[in-house]
Amino acid sequence: MNEHAEPQERGQQKRPEMRVRPTAPIVPPSNVSGNALMCVIAIMAFLACLTFGAVSMVRATAASWQSEISRELTIQIKPDDNLDMEAALNDARDLALTFAGTRDGQIIDREATARLLEPWLGEGLDLDELPVPRLVVVTIDERNPPDFAAMRQALAEKIPQAFLDDHRTWVNRLVAMAETTALIGTGVLILVFSAMVLTVVFATRGALSGNRHIIEVLHFVGAEAGFVATEFQKHFLKISLKGSFAGGTLAALVFAIAGYWQGRSLATPQSDQATALFGTFSVGAGGYLGIAATMIVIALLTTLTARFTVMRTIFEIDRIRSDPARTDGLPET
Amino acid sequence: MGLDFVPSASLPEKVRGTRIDENRIAPLIHFENVGLRYGMGPEVLRDLTFDIPRRSFQFLTGPSGAGKSTLLRLLFLSLQPTRGLIRTFDRNIATIPREELPMLRRRIGIVFQDFRLLEHLTTYENVALPLRVRGKDELSYRADVIDLLKWVGLGERINVLPPVLSGGEKQRAAIARALIDRPELLLADEPTGNVDPPMARRLLSLFLELNRLGTAVVIATHDLSLMDQVDARRMILSQGRLDIYE
Repeated sequence: MNEHAEPQERGQQKRPEMRVRPTAPIVPPSNVSGNALMCVIAIMAFLACLTFGAVSMVRATAASWQSEISRELTIQIKPDDNLDMEAALNDARDLALTFAGTRDGQIIDREATARLLEPWLGEGLDLDELPVPRLVVVTIDERNPPDFAAMRQALAEKIPQAFLDDHRTWVNRLVAMAETTALIGTGVLILVFSAMVLTVVFATRGALSGNRHIIEVLHFVGAEAGFVATEFQKHFLKISLKGSFAGGTLAALVFAIAGYWQGRSLATPQSDQATALFGTFSVGAGGYLGIAATMIVIALLTTLTARFTVMRTIFEIDRIRSDPARTDGLPET
Repeated sequence: MGLDFVPSASLPEKVRGTRIDENRIAPLIHFENVGLRYGMGPEVLRDLTFDIPRRSFQFLTGPSGAGKSTLLRLLFLSLQPTRGLIRTFDRNIATIPREELPMLRRRIGIVFQDFRLLEHLTTYENVALPLRVRGKDELSYRADVIDLLKWVGLGERINVLPPVLSGGEKQRAAIARALIDRPELLLADEPTGNVDPPMARRLLSLFLELNRLGTAVVIATHDLSLMDQVDARRMILSQGRLDIYE
């Protein structure tokens, strides 16, 4: 042995000092399960952000349907032999505008009325030959609407042939529909977020199960539970940030591209149809903030799951210590 | 004894440093009427009463299934007995809170039968792991780790990953990891189980050198030829009972 040692020592004098590589992280930076987890997180982040954006878009569209129709009221005046229709229309408009909460009044003229009836009665309609009611459309302040009952009463007194339609029936139906749509959207969002939470939690636990031997070794060389948990937490935070950033960014890009396409193809049949159905593909600052919040939630969720799982693993190792009945699977003695 | 291997240099100073109070006579570990059973099964270990004195060297042997690994687990605080008393470093292990276990384990070095080296870390990083988990600055221990690796004959394998190491090299890396923080007690489970006889003799000489420097050593082994090389205390487990031959 000494014979062996001497040449070694002589050799060491000639050789430069041994260098060591920069210290590697205690948890392996990348492996198959880590990469798979990153993909799962990216996909779930993408789906969750997409759902979040879509639901906020649907809610905005439903709200706009509701507000557009409740922004107006209509006064309908039925023809009568003793009634000067043009004067009655003017009176009705003027009367309506005397009420607080009204903004503007517009009489639907004869040509416009003919156009409205054109789908049913055809072209070349002479309004004088038919007892067609005429309309006055009054724009109102939806936040501070006029007193409909008082207006209806005043109109009935001044022009008995006038009928006030405050669209309440339609508004109520649309409110119900919009609320249902928003509710369904929220339900879908909750389902997708629940699926995301469960998927991320189980995928993180799965990725960690492949590292149980590292937890054991660290524990047995004297590492405190908090130290081990922090090492894994850092590792999984990096993975989840990469995954959720990729998924969230992709979802934001989808909305940005869809919005850009819609802006570029304004007034085309495809765009108009899409706009009618889905509203504008703009999720707004709130939507993008929501996407960012989703990314942060996923990152936190993964990190906390990692910490909790590591602490639990150590707890189980220690529980085996205090309860030998749980040592099934230990090496044979 | 025919030992042909002595470490290439004396044990590095930091590892060698004596911290055992010679005036203290309490054993490192004391077992009294210890018994252990798994669940409702029969007792795997029965009525064990013995001490592991400071600076002692002993072999733990017995047939397969006799309970050697279980006894090592009891010594390493990774199991509690179902009856009896174990005092480790003057503490009754039944009353030690979970949070204090890492601190006590730091005073015990263990060499697992399957080495348990982390495969993504180099030999150097594996050996330095106990110091790293204690939060020490790498600059404060780098030279000590390299010295120890040279001492166990792995000076040229510092930057090598475990899959590239031979069985004997892995074993020595595992031993170095167990020694790096100067444990008061070293437990080794079948440390020569995966190596040829010359390497087994080399490893034994490492343990003897370590013991000479003050660490109590317990080697669990089946290898009679290995035990015949050293006149040391033998603890023989048979059917859960322990006989000790001084």
